[in-house]
Amino acid sequence: MTKSVSGELAGLQLPVERGCPFAPPDAYERLREQAPISKVRLTSGGEAWWVSGHEEGRAILADRRFSSDRRKDGFPLLNLDAAIQQQFRSQPQLMIGMDGAEHAAVRRPVIGEFTVKRLAALRPRIQDIVDHFIDDMLATDRRPVDLVQALSLPVPSLVICELLGVPYTDHDFFQSRTAVAVRRTSSSEDRRRALADLRAYIDDLVTRKESEPGDDLFGRQIARQRQQGALDHAGLVSLALLLLTAGHETTANMISLGVIGLLSHPEQLALVKADPGRTPMAVEELLRYFTITDTVTSRVATEDVEIGGVSIKAGEGVIVSSLSANWDPALFKNPAELDVERGARHHLAFGFGPHQCLGQNLARLELQIVFDTLFRRIPTLHLAAPAEGLPFKTDAVIYGVHELPVTW
Amino acid sequence: MMRINADTGLCVGSGQCVLTEPAVFDQDGDGIVVLLTDHPSDETEAQVRDAITLCPSRALSILQE
Repeated sequence: MTKSVSGELAGLQLPVERGCPFAPPDAYERLREQAPISKVRLTSGGEAWWVSGHEEGRAILADRRFSSDRRKDGFPLLNLDAAIQQQFRSQPQLMIGMDGAEHAAVRRPVIGEFTVKRLAALRPRIQDIVDHFIDDMLATDRRPVDLVQALSLPVPSLVICELLGVPYTDHDFFQSRTAVAVRRTSSSEDRRRALADLRAYIDDLVTRKESEPGDDLFGRQIARQRQQGALDHAGLVSLALLLLTAGHETTANMISLGVIGLLSHPEQLALVKADPGRTPMAVEELLRYFTITDTVTSRVATEDVEIGGVSIKAGEGVIVSSLSANWDPALFKNPAELDVERGARHHLAFGFGPHQCLGQNLARLELQIVFDTLFRRIPTLHLAAPAEGLPFKTDAVIYGVHELPVTW
Repeated sequence: MMRINADTGLCVGSGQCVLTEPAVFDQDGDGIVVLLTDHPSDETEAQVRDAITLCPSRALSILQE
């Protein structure tokens, strides 16, 4: 028997902006108190199930009866622009939009590149990269420094370029196009052009690598496909597009937000500085606290599913709010408190289920090295503007900050 | 005694088990889970249970206690 949900159509209009930059929108708490799963109206049209609870969110994301295919009817697209929605529905899907065997066929050949051991071997090179950009910061007389441009963006950008085999000299080009593509307020024409530019650039890069595959991720993928007797050019382009763009906005924003979070909680920063052994847990807590990819974890039911006392029908959209789940007091006591000793590894900041972020351990490694090195080498680092007034990315699918003035 | 099972067909190579209990879990060159033992010691039991709940693809399970 299905429990009826009070306030079947709760008043939340999606997407919503965060009120306080350090907390989910107030409506999230209200909805979670009402029910862990409730119906919401989408500003872009239609309705969807809004999943607030951590347990329910995990169950849905691990359940293969929910599809990631953005072209399916009922998939909750939050973008208001009809042209962009149409574009989503008509384009070939990237790995994040595939299901089951099709998804496994694309993901499996790449996961060997992201094993814990392989990434550990990258540590010294990432350390060099971080030190290099901090050297540059320390060498300048100019203050304040915008940490986004000085460190947050260039570190993951150079790391992913080297890993994939993309010339770093082109990073201005694809960074600017990625920023347009993920901004919610971009016009559909600008967004279409940005994505077309990126695809054309990557298509050209993959073509060059097909004739001369180097010892990098794309080169190895090409060699592997040749060995199997087939070269899937279009598939390689889609994979390259996803890995390059996903490796940029996410880690860069988490570096900036993490620095803001720690500088705004000096007692927590002091704990980390006193013992770098705490940094990995601090990173997990910062990932939980900010959860920059809130509604990326959306799905559509492919059959009727009974979950958390709610009956979700085939064809109904489901938005697992990873931010709401990560602030669920049932699992994270006093969720509004930044507590680096909490042990927050069960957060959903990287999603859950077969689509859980492929690059999560690379992100962890970069964040750990950046925080350890930055606060060790510049112990007097502080914000050069009040945290609350910083230009937060309330207009983007991925949360972050446009600029971060710091001084020391 | 605890006995664990790893379903390599379900594994998506997230490496969360290796990060949680490297004495029990490893990954092969293709990123897929490898059990270093299927009878974990009492000392690693809590970590093994944590690894099972952290596994995003539900590839890990306890076969018998």
